[in-house]
Amino acid sequence: MKVLAEGKGELLAWMSPDEGRKWMRENKPRALMDKRTTMKEAVQRYINDGDYFAMGGFGHIRLSMEGIYEMIRQRRRNMIMAGKTSVHDVDILIGGGVVDRIECAYAHGHELRGLSPAGRRATESGRVKVVAELSNAAFQWRFKAASMGLPWFPARIMMGTDTFNYSSSKIVEDPYTGKPITLIPACYPDVAFIHVHRCDKYGNCQIDGTTIEDIELSRAAKRLIITTEKIIPHEDIIDHPDRTAIPHFVVDAVVESRYGSHPGNMPDLYYSDEEHMAEWLKLSRSDEGVQEYMDKYVFGVENQAEYIELIGGEEKMKYLWRLEHLQVPMEAPWRR
Amino acid sequence: MEYNLTELMACVASRELENKKSIFVGTGLPIIATMLAQQLHAPDLLIVFEAGGIGPKIPTIPISVGDSRTFYKAVIAASMDYAMGMAQAGLVDYGFLGAAQIDKYGNLNTTVIGDHDNPKVRLPGSGGANDVGSLCTRTIILMRHDKLRFVNKLDYLTTPGYLTGPGAREAAGLPAETGPYRVITQLGVMGFDEETKEMMLLRVHPGVTVEEVVENTSFKLIIPDDVGVTEPPTEEELRLLREEIDPSGIVIGK
Repeated sequence: MKVLAEGKGELLAWMSPDEGRKWMRENKPRALMDKRTTMKEAVQRYINDGDYFAMGGFGHIRLSMEGIYEMIRQRRRNMIMAGKTSVHDVDILIGGGVVDRIECAYAHGHELRGLSPAGRRATESGRVKVVAELSNAAFQWRFKAASMGLPWFPARIMMGTDTFNYSSSKIVEDPYTGKPITLIPACYPDVAFIHVHRCDKYGNCQIDGTTIEDIELSRAAKRLIITTEKIIPHEDIIDHPDRTAIPHFVVDAVVESRYGSHPGNMPDLYYSDEEHMAEWLKLSRSDEGVQEYMDKYVFGVENQAEYIELIGGEEKMKYLWRLEHLQVPMEAPWRR
Repeated sequence: MEYNLTELMACVASRELENKKSIFVGTGLPIIATMLAQQLHAPDLLIVFEAGGIGPKIPTIPISVGDSRTFYKAVIAASMDYAMGMAQAGLVDYGFLGAAQIDKYGNLNTTVIGDHDNPKVRLPGSGGANDVGSLCTRTIILMRHDKLRFVNKLDYLTTPGYLTGPGAREAAGLPAETGPYRVITQLGVMGFDEETKEMMLLRVHPGVTVEEVVENTSFKLIIPDDVGVTEPPTEEELRLLREEIDPSGIVIGK
């Protein structure tokens, strides 16, 4: 196959298919094992400085925020973030000093809320480096290639652009059509969090709503920590096997994390907390403000229960449930 | 009836959408325009969100293209692989995009102002934009119109328009018969010349002159003899926008 062009972005978290098979063969549990643990232990055991890290969900949807707060409390450093539509997750990790490199499809922004002051300041000052660019489709097809044990996945995207030039992809002549096609390299993140609605103690998970790229990511990650709103009996899983989005044999740890996506959205359970987002977006305009936020919401609490109390407790979560179910009007305090 | 420029752009964009077609939508102005089209002339417009929400009845403006509003009463809550694969397979007719910079061939920058490795302003990046611009049949760009945004040379080419001109998309390997279709700004509506693939003024908004559009464009815009004038928003369009679609004024303002 003739290589027509090569992106100059850093090739990160790639393994050859045989290395990938070896990892999966030697590390992923086939048997049903009780994988329940605490957030503290999961972070201690599975997340290392310098790791390539991916978060499930969609930047401010279905996040393991409790996991992110614990990473900051345990002072993980020099990590590379998969910026696969990273929004509040990467912003808080940058603010917390955890991430210093990003492979970027989407970061430095808060979608409808505007740009992210903390993320932008870090990248514009050089504290955080964008080491490769790509598109959203390319990112999830990186995971898909890994999930299938392939070296790359072909797609008709990024051609002719700087997004390709700064990526780790290659363009080749497709032997079937004779036309150029982009080969997107597999990505095996060192570690990933995925937050789900419910799972059993073995890590068989159900997700309500869109799965975004989590089915692909769950099968690509070298180590996968599931955080869950609720742990349910195994029988409830096997009574409805069509509902299983992530099966136990790709899961390394299970942590119960009620309201764990706050201030992000958890479909059907709670909408995003726009008041809290506005507070972060305001405080994160300065490094001092970021520190103030971290002192209050991350270092000032011992665990998730204390954090939820601090952000307004059950009353706030009840309001976010009603907002999710369209029973109260939407507000956008960050517009003020 | 009085209206602001965001309302005008939403109305103009919504009128470009055809019934019984599909569209890839981003949040903000594109959502507003799409919801408006659905409530007026295009009830059977199939909405596709990149995170996997397909065919929803959007109840209120989503904050994110992946939040729960994007699959409210949808026909399928799928995945990004599904949505992007669907576009690559030819099932998505339109795509809405925004940009910080655009050139005469409709190429877009949403990544960086200044040097990539030493940025003056770091923007979010491609997100799904490169995919939408590569794979949808017709893309519609919504953005502000001034000399710093309508540039001769992009600081960074995030999303393909017609690249370097006629035949360039096909030569690069992008799907046939795709590319930018309209550029809608606060000043007017642009299209692309069939021969040269260069941007061409089609209509100016009420009260805007052709000279004003030219003055706010750094590259040479094709000006045909018969530049039209946009129809102002109707009372019904404005009522829907203000009372039904964005009652809190999150996108259109108050």
